[in-house]
Amino acid sequence: MRRRLQLGMLFAFATLLVSCAREDRILRQPPPANQALNTIQVSGLNPGANALPIPQTPSMYEESAHAVSEGQKLFDQYNCTGCHAHGGGGIGPPLMDSNWIYGIEPGNVFATITQGRPNGMPAFRNRIPDYQVWELVAYVRSLSGQLPRGVSPERPDHMNYKPSEQSTPKQPPTGITGQPEQHQ
Amino acid sequence: MAVSEPIIANEKDLGDSELSRRLAHTWRQPTGIWGWLSNTHHTTIGLRFMVTAFIFLALGGVLAAIMRLQLVRPENSLIGPDLYNQIFTMHGSTMIFLFAVPMMFQGFGVYVVPLMCGARNIAFPRLNTFSYYLYLGGGLVLWGGFLTNTGPDVGWFAYVPLSGPQYSPGHRVDVWSQMITFTEVSALGVAVCLATTILRHRAPGMTLNRMPILLWEKLVLSMMVIFAMPAVMVASGLLLLDRLVGTHFFNPAEGGDVLLYQHLFWFFGHPEVYIIFLPGAAIVSTMVSCFSRRRIFGYTPIVVSVVATGFLGFGVWVHHMFATGLPQLSESFFTAASLMIVIPTAVQFFCWVATIWNGKLQMRLPMLWCFGFFFVFLIGGLSGVMLASVPVDTQVHDTYFIIAHFHYVLIGGALFPMFAGIYFWFPKMVGRMPDETLGKWHFWLFLIGFNATFFTMHFLGLRGMTRRVYTYLPDLHWHWLNVLASIGVVFMTAGLLVFLVNVMRCRRLGRVAGNNPWGDSGLEWGTSSPPPAYNFLHLPTVNGRDALWEALPDQPVVVGMRDDIRETLVTHSLDANPQHKDEDPGPSIWPFLAALAVSATFVGSIFTPWAVPIGAPPVIVTLVGWLWPRGHSPPLPGEKTWEH
Amino acid sequence: MNPGGLLAQAAPLDPGRHLILHPGAPQGSHIEWLYWLIFWILAVVYVLMIVAFTRAGARSRADFIQPLPVMKNEEGDRKARWAVGSAVAITVITLFVVLVLSVITGKQVAGLTSKNPVTIQIMGHQWWWEVTYPNPQADQTVITANEIHVPVCTPVVVLTNSSDVIHSFWAPSITGKRDLLPGYSSAFWFQVDQPGTYRGQCAEFCGLQHAHMGFSVIAEPVDQFQAWQQQQLKTAAEPSDDEASRGRAVFLTHACLMCHTIRGTDAGSRAGPDLTHIGSRRMLAAETLPNTRGALAGWILDPQRIKPGAEMPPNSLAPDDLQALITYLMSLQ
Repeated sequence: MRRRLQLGMLFAFATLLVSCAREDRILRQPPPANQALNTIQVSGLNPGANALPIPQTPSMYEESAHAVSEGQKLFDQYNCTGCHAHGGGGIGPPLMDSNWIYGIEPGNVFATITQGRPNGMPAFRNRIPDYQVWELVAYVRSLSGQLPRGVSPERPDHMNYKPSEQSTPKQPPTGITGQPEQHQ
Repeated sequence: MAVSEPIIANEKDLGDSELSRRLAHTWRQPTGIWGWLSNTHHTTIGLRFMVTAFIFLALGGVLAAIMRLQLVRPENSLIGPDLYNQIFTMHGSTMIFLFAVPMMFQGFGVYVVPLMCGARNIAFPRLNTFSYYLYLGGGLVLWGGFLTNTGPDVGWFAYVPLSGPQYSPGHRVDVWSQMITFTEVSALGVAVCLATTILRHRAPGMTLNRMPILLWEKLVLSMMVIFAMPAVMVASGLLLLDRLVGTHFFNPAEGGDVLLYQHLFWFFGHPEVYIIFLPGAAIVSTMVSCFSRRRIFGYTPIVVSVVATGFLGFGVWVHHMFATGLPQLSESFFTAASLMIVIPTAVQFFCWVATIWNGKLQMRLPMLWCFGFFFVFLIGGLSGVMLASVPVDTQVHDTYFIIAHFHYVLIGGALFPMFAGIYFWFPKMVGRMPDETLGKWHFWLFLIGFNATFFTMHFLGLRGMTRRVYTYLPDLHWHWLNVLASIGVVFMTAGLLVFLVNVMRCRRLGRVAGNNPWGDSGLEWGTSSPPPAYNFLHLPTVNGRDALWEALPDQPVVVGMRDDIRETLVTHSLDANPQHKDEDPGPSIWPFLAALAVSATFVGSIFTPWAVPIGAPPVIVTLVGWLWPRGHSPPLPGEKTWEH
Repeated sequence: MNPGGLLAQAAPLDPGRHLILHPGAPQGSHIEWLYWLIFWILAVVYVLMIVAFTRAGARSRADFIQPLPVMKNEEGDRKARWAVGSAVAITVITLFVVLVLSVITGKQVAGLTSKNPVTIQIMGHQWWWEVTYPNPQADQTVITANEIHVPVCTPVVVLTNSSDVIHSFWAPSITGKRDLLPGYSSAFWFQVDQPGTYRGQCAEFCGLQHAHMGFSVIAEPVDQFQAWQQQQLKTAAEPSDDEASRGRAVFLTHACLMCHTIRGTDAGSRAGPDLTHIGSRRMLAAETLPNTRGALAGWILDPQRIKPGAEMPPNSLAPDDLQALITYLMSLQ
């Protein structure tokens, strides 16, 4: 009986250590883990014979369902829908397809949002705090199924315009050429 | 203690020790891990329900203590809003789903009812075991979730749209919804077992008119559970569909309705609280009769009141929704119904007064707790009368006044009788008496602490403090009342610790109890403490409402039951005339395996819909194993069997 | 910065009336009257029951031996039947009285109506109140947040709605609460007779900052109310000095304009509260902070310290920019 009790308490403590990142609510925003923002490459071409590995910019925000859900809310609040609709595009290019003009990595998307892009994408640097941009980045990537099922948003509470990101099939990136490419 | 040992066994049968040896062998339960998992005897499972429920009570109490610590100062920073939201949700869900129903209905019911009926085991013993494992699984799922930051944080009734897919990302609410499914299937299983035991396994002579009040109450409760639990399973099921599958039941933009959830939930929610209170009332009826040393006054009115409460409990649910702006006429209807349901409870109270008045009161420990119930539950019930009135309710709804009300009715109406019942049946369960002095310390500490905490909350509510707030501003003058409420927790905890000491010590060192230390009239006191694996050496018969008190000196027993197989007696529902004999299936590992398979399917379905088709085959396999026909033991020569 | 300390400094400000049993409004008074009536009835009932139990226990108390059960008490039971029967009858009558009084009070509370009410639309957000005084003409529509002004002794009709989850609008000293349900727009009426500030709070759990979702109703004489209304209709005051101009520039070049509206400037987002007249408000952040320079600075720099989970992000501003911004915002009366 005592042994069972001890085992039970051990189990309880062990589970405490395995706290689920998916359920984290990041309320005090730490800076992004990877400071490689200044080295974001947009193109895979570089001088020299060998292709250098492109720095990956993983984002802690992509592990938290709450952060991705915040990104979904901000996508509407900051009027991204005005040009991109709810992923299908309009004035701006669609975001739920496999065509990533400026790159699929979180750092790429971060750069796109903060720097702006030619032909209409405004620069939101200093207008949207960095952590909210990361949340938007996570959401934008979920639009084409890049994020795991558990953290992608479920259906939102308004008119149903497309299936939820959670059940969106993953669209491997193809880039402008339409051919499958390495991650840019 | 010769005077309290009524003779119900006709001891013409020489060789009682030989009979008991044979019965003990026939009804033995295996040992070891396998034996522990495959045990199907009701006393074991009933004790497991009670111990597990008590652990959840303690866990829920710890959560409450943390909340009170956070609220002791305005703008306290002990815990932040996210953790606080999880804590109050876990506190409510644990207390209601994992403690109150499993203890009051399942624990006491499974342990006491078959003994009180004079049966050797509960009906459908494997279903009973399965229900326990499913309940345990549900509790582990919820608490496992909480310990991995996946505990629900939307309140124990999880209103949409806050608990919907958009405003509760992640799987927290899914864990909550599935826990509901676990615990409600478990309750349904036990309801079926208890109803069948009460209707078909009563001792001969125990007509419906002679049933103890506790059996009537468990019968009514089983029916309430069967009708109420499906409603919450629908509510949580639709919520799960909205969240995981993409339906729009609760999405107004696509034709859904947020109030639909509230109606579905409270259609269950209100009967649920009566499912928690009625066992308390029945325990009190039992105690009042025993410790006034007389039959209960007003048996028929009390039975009718219990049945009426069971029915009326389904007609008052909208009083949880008075603030939503429903039409006045509808609200008035539910005010009338909510006031009407006071009447059966009032009848019970008056009958209890009359019983004590005209009896010889023995102020033993369980009776002390009954008096605590009278004083405490009455405050909660009367504040409930206030809440039935729509204008008053629109002011105090969702404030600390409501918290005070429901803690008075739930703690007063369930916890106090629960302690009374534990002290009362403790000698029967372990064979030793609880310590009266420690029990009195427990009572007074708990009573003082409880009132300090919850009476104060009436005032907090009237001063405008709303529910579910993790903190409050300093200039609202709520500080000192919150301090007083938090101090009460210390006393309540002390009381509970004294209780634990009492139980742990007296399990081994308490005064040895005989068969019937309190001199009560129920059939369970007609066998040894603790009962043997076969419950009764000879199946008893009954001569009146108070079985042991009205037993004849040579009260007949049932003869002709085989002692080499697990034979049980099935009697007629109304007059308990013996109808035929049945065979108890004995210990089986299949309920545990089936519960494991079902749990895995439920938990997996939180994360992927594939869990359902993947989990179904193991469930089917275990059910096949469970239900595999094994026939009956061959009859003795000359014995009549069913001819088909 | 210790959030408790910041809010403790807010203490001197009177939060406003917020007691159920101290109403300043006719409906609140009706409810208070009903409350006390039912309370005293029930108090008498409780005392009678306690006396009954105590007497029953005391008179029948026997020694700690175990007497045989008393099987028959015909005389006592006969009297008890009368007593219990009468008690039940009295209970039924009492409950019926409570029912009638409750329905009557309900009708009184709901009977407030007028052909010429002040109309207010309240939209609940996580975790603030959007307050609109609608008017067929768009330029006569007042839009503000968290602070509701009403003229005394005038019926007010509130049209409720919610933009996200269920909230509940509750000013204890005025009247009972009404839930704000998404998808429903129910109307309820209230009227305030005594001038003053009445505090309210959200009463339906709505998420992380439910605890800090307050509002105030300021009841004032009709002419003051109309003056307030006229002031609210104006567009934002032009900056009167360099610092305020700099402040406006800071507002328009930082994150502020992504969520807030200041009518008369380029900032037009409806995600957060309307700030056109923020300088004139009593309190900030849904009745959480006083409207002072210090509190506003703390709020702008790090709202998450004060209301963790709130929608407003922290803003890192240079000190001069911050001071200028505050000067500008405080000038928006």
